[in-house]
Amino acid sequence: MTDSTSFLLGRLGLDALPFYSWVAFSGALVTVAGGVGFLVLVTWLGQWRALWTGWLTSVDHKRIGIMYIILALVMLVRGFVDAIMMRLQQALSLNSQGYLPPEHFEQIFSSHGTIMIFFMAMPFMTGLLNFIIPLQIGARDVAFPVLNAISFWLTFAGAGLMLISLVIGKFSTAGWTGYPPYSGIEFTPGVGVDYWIWSVLVSGVGTTLTGINFVVTILRKRAPGMLLMRMPLFTWTGLCSSILIIFAFPALTVSTTMLALDRTLGMHFFTNDSGGNVMNYMNLFWIWGHPEVYILILPAFGIFSEVVATFSSKRLFGYPSLVYATAVIAVLSFTVWLHHFFTMGAGANVNAIFGIATMVIAVPTGVKVFDWLFTMFRGRIRFEPPMLFTIGFMCLFVIGGMSGVLLAIPPINYSTHNTTFLVAHFHNMIIPGVLFGYLAGYMYWFPKAFGFQLDRTWGARSFWFWMVGFLLAFMPLYALGLMGMPRRLETYDNPDWQPLLVVAFVGACLIFLGILSLVLQLWVSVKNRKKLLDRTGDPWDGRTLEWSMPSPPPDWNFDTVPVVSSRDAFHEAKRTGAPLPAADEEGPLCVPKNSVMGPCMGAAGMCIGFGAVWHIWWLAFAGLAIAVVAIIGRSFVLDTERDVSGEQGAPPT
Amino acid sequence: MWRAFILMLLVVVPVIALTLFFAWRYRASGGTGKYRPDWDRSPIVEITVWGIPIVMIGILATWVWDKTHSLDPYKPLPGAEPLRIEAIALDWKWLFIYPDLNVAVINQLAFPVGQPLSFRITSEVALNSFMIPALGGQIYAMAGMETQLNLQANEIGTMQGRNMQFSGDGFAGQTFDALSLSQDDFDAWVRELKQSDEHLNAASFADISKPSTDAPVRYFSTVPPDFFSNRVAHFMGIEHENAPHAKAADQ
Repeated sequence: MTDSTSFLLGRLGLDALPFYSWVAFSGALVTVAGGVGFLVLVTWLGQWRALWTGWLTSVDHKRIGIMYIILALVMLVRGFVDAIMMRLQQALSLNSQGYLPPEHFEQIFSSHGTIMIFFMAMPFMTGLLNFIIPLQIGARDVAFPVLNAISFWLTFAGAGLMLISLVIGKFSTAGWTGYPPYSGIEFTPGVGVDYWIWSVLVSGVGTTLTGINFVVTILRKRAPGMLLMRMPLFTWTGLCSSILIIFAFPALTVSTTMLALDRTLGMHFFTNDSGGNVMNYMNLFWIWGHPEVYILILPAFGIFSEVVATFSSKRLFGYPSLVYATAVIAVLSFTVWLHHFFTMGAGANVNAIFGIATMVIAVPTGVKVFDWLFTMFRGRIRFEPPMLFTIGFMCLFVIGGMSGVLLAIPPINYSTHNTTFLVAHFHNMIIPGVLFGYLAGYMYWFPKAFGFQLDRTWGARSFWFWMVGFLLAFMPLYALGLMGMPRRLETYDNPDWQPLLVVAFVGACLIFLGILSLVLQLWVSVKNRKKLLDRTGDPWDGRTLEWSMPSPPPDWNFDTVPVVSSRDAFHEAKRTGAPLPAADEEGPLCVPKNSVMGPCMGAAGMCIGFGAVWHIWWLAFAGLAIAVVAIIGRSFVLDTERDVSGEQGAPPT
Repeated sequence: MWRAFILMLLVVVPVIALTLFFAWRYRASGGTGKYRPDWDRSPIVEITVWGIPIVMIGILATWVWDKTHSLDPYKPLPGAEPLRIEAIALDWKWLFIYPDLNVAVINQLAFPVGQPLSFRITSEVALNSFMIPALGGQIYAMAGMETQLNLQANEIGTMQGRNMQFSGDGFAGQTFDALSLSQDDFDAWVRELKQSDEHLNAASFADISKPSTDAPVRYFSTVPPDFFSNRVAHFMGIEHENAPHAKAADQ
């Protein structure tokens, strides 16, 4: 990084290129090669126009959903590379430097967490929400389709900034939580923390808009008769998750903005001196951060609920309990943030109250597990890959829940906080809880999206690699944490730790095979798509509305909007043999027109972020100008819908 | 902890066992369980599945309330008059001051076995977390603020203490030896400190404040009065009267 700044390039100079280590350089090379390779491939296939009109400017919730999930899967690979590099470092670094210098190791653990939370889990969740919820509630699209595209492109811009940091400059070394004062300008003067701030900030705005969009969609766009208590569980959890997004994400936006003000304009919200206070940051960050955990996991709970009912060929047990438990978790999630820093020196009353509040969340969560268990009871269970992930989840998740309750006990937390016990706990929630859920959802709804099923064998192989790999990778971390090993440790001198860290590395390798199996599953399935073709639109004997239409669904989703008169309406219709009655609709069948607003706002977000990171102020203001002009321009566009009544396959009017 | 762990196992083990058992018994390919596709409610089951977690968390909650108060790290330990120790986190080392003995030491902590220890903790740099795993829990060290911790060693020996909160490049090596000594050995240790040529003052503090990794042990035979309080206060722009050169250490 250059000390001097110029108008044209800010503090960007040639020294920003990653020639400082071969590991960083190869990472940059792979990233650039991946990007260039993609561009070349699209050009070679002559698909630019199709890509632009079919996908990039599309405002169809299904296509946006698929783009979110592609982004998530790409970032999963990127985040996993970080993970296995850390595991290798720790497996090697007994009394030695390992193969990574400290600064590189720090960037890796920071980018691993940031990517997995913000650019893997969040887009995966948003993608599933996007694809499924309008189909489940009998809607033709989301409430605000263009806003939806903007959300995606802002998330994409954030992820893009993350990837650029690998090539130009360095990423943050302050961990995914970016705790000041370490993340302040005094301790980390480079661009790393700024990359973290702006990628989180830009994508966070997109996520907030998604939350608003889905609350309105679910509350206002349901088919006639789809009462709240008839909504599928995935829609319910999506609703609660979206409400949490609306209330929680502003706290993240504010705390990261304040940190940016500290760093860029010399303010003192979180500095050591001049009245700054780091405790404010921790409170603000976790007021977002704890609900965030539930934002991620509630939709996964929704997926497990759908999957367990479908593959047990049985009604979901205790539907009202599951709905109330979801709502209770959503409310309680705002009451427990302090458990992330019991060790900050609060009094015993405060710590005890937050400890107990945290444990109380175990009650509705426990109820959910029992309800899934009793859905399997007296069912007829088919072990398709989504169901395997669900059963694996139920077995592993309760272990994570148990370690969570232990961490919620302040006297225990004093000893286990900041250790690998904590790392093991939250991975135990996020891998079997969140990721298994999303992977189950991916395999469950894939035939709906593409009209053919995913290969069963490779799906099952992937599950077993993930399951065993998870156990090997994280059970040793529980033990290491109890032995006092801190997280984020680059080297160590305790020979007792090494064998366990080697086991954890082996676990990470198995997880690699799990990811490889996912890739092979996709490859094999695309190759055999004729054989795996699903003509019925209902390959699993599904119960909810999304299975009532052909796969993939037409642009307008439903030929006629169904009238719903019970829970599991599609299942009831199949049972009675009477098709779902059609609602009366006025006017021609219209879908929203494509819009360049998404790519425009994404480009604006990218310019603002990149400009702010490198202090290239003209670029940041140009980005802002693009956004303002685009929004004003859009307000003059009156012809926003396309009449599809005459199109091929459209229902007769 | 074991109590809580065992209580939870009473629920966790049956859940895992039942999951696997139901999966096997109700499998579509030859399971022997009855198939009741519409069975979706049962008041008894509902009451049980809400009841068990509520009772369990109720029991745990009383334990939590109890233990959080009895094991509050701020609560002075019973017994003899505690030995007062002040800890300051630096990049990447620990400075320990014994205000009553008027000595200070870098990266080494010694104390008599069986005597309660009363720590005041702060940081001169980023957020740190002070912990001696063999003795008890951790507590954050924050610049401009003071936190407290009460510990006691019941056996003679050498333990490792460290910063638990990532704080930069030297974090991995930010450890120190904690020596639990007999009273005689401890007195000898203090005498050794007293013989050091080095004094803790603005100049030497500026020197040790420079970031360094795996810093060697250094003894200081004298410490200015209220040194710790002044290091806490100076972040607020406040100077104690008898802190002659505290500000100079900033430069």
